[in-house]
Amino acid sequence: MSPAHAAALALGDDALILSHRLGEWAGRAPVLEEEVALANIALDLLGQARALLSLVGDEDELAYLRDERAFRNVQLVEQPCEDFAATVARQLLFSTYQHALYGQLAGADGPFTPLAAKAVKETAYHRDHAEQWTLRLGDGTAESHERMRRAVEGLWRFTGELFQPVEGLPEIDWQALRATWTERVTDVLERATLAVPTGPQSAAWAAGAGRQGVHTEPFGRMLAEMQHLHRSHPGATW
Amino acid sequence: MSTTDWPLWEVFVRSRRGLAHTHAGSLHAPDAELALRNARDLYTRRSEGVSLWVVPSAAITASSPDEKDPFFGPAADKAYRHPTFYEIPEGVRHL
Repeated sequence: MSPAHAAALALGDDALILSHRLGEWAGRAPVLEEEVALANIALDLLGQARALLSLVGDEDELAYLRDERAFRNVQLVEQPCEDFAATVARQLLFSTYQHALYGQLAGADGPFTPLAAKAVKETAYHRDHAEQWTLRLGDGTAESHERMRRAVEGLWRFTGELFQPVEGLPEIDWQALRATWTERVTDVLERATLAVPTGPQSAAWAAGAGRQGVHTEPFGRMLAEMQHLHRSHPGATW
Repeated sequence: MSTTDWPLWEVFVRSRRGLAHTHAGSLHAPDAELALRNARDLYTRRSEGVSLWVVPSAAITASSPDEKDPFFGPAADKAYRHPTFYEIPEGVRHL
């Protein structure tokens, strides 16, 4: 696989898997309005995933017929995040990363420039959505503050992987990306009266694991649910 | 679903420049900022708008259906209020 294909796969898998995780809220979000908001974000991500995976091969085959070890998404996006605060925290951490990444790609001259130019607008909204909720939950009630704090701390160890350079993206300045991300996440957390976690951003054994195809335990179950229809009825249409 | 604590907001969408904002529907939100974002997600997903207003439903004073006759009835037989008695010169278009 060429480096450009490997990069498209990594970014495409991030978008695809997060899209599925957000889609899990459909029918069970805390309020109807928020369900539509999360579904909208999921659809934006699915659109990005389709564009990226199509660069590599058949998008359906890639999404539905690959095994766990062949996925290249970061571990952050595969976490279950069943508490709404955890989903908000993940959105904050990931959309800030994705927005900065697409921002750099849109400004460079490479194979991802047109795609990134569109995605940077979408992810700007995802960031805003996550920021609004982080502020309200972090600076809300004692209960919402505690859940938000727990969520950010729980996900913090998956954030180091975001800045592991992806092969095939020579135009990205990963150090600058990390600096931008840290500055923006810190700003939102502080305004939300939440402490920036001080723990490590990756476990020693896990650094870069998702990008190498090593995933956490809940990912297998998620993939089984995502793929079982396609695998049970190959080529089914409606 | 526990929207009972959240107030209701009315949403107005301007579909393009030069047109007025038109009532599109309502939604629940904890505050104005989030009402605006919910309105974006609920009412402008298919490129319906270039501008949004949200107004707390409680801020709207509405005429009552019981007052329909005193409010609107008297206008019914006053056809001279409609500008239909002017002769339009030939050749005037777009009228």
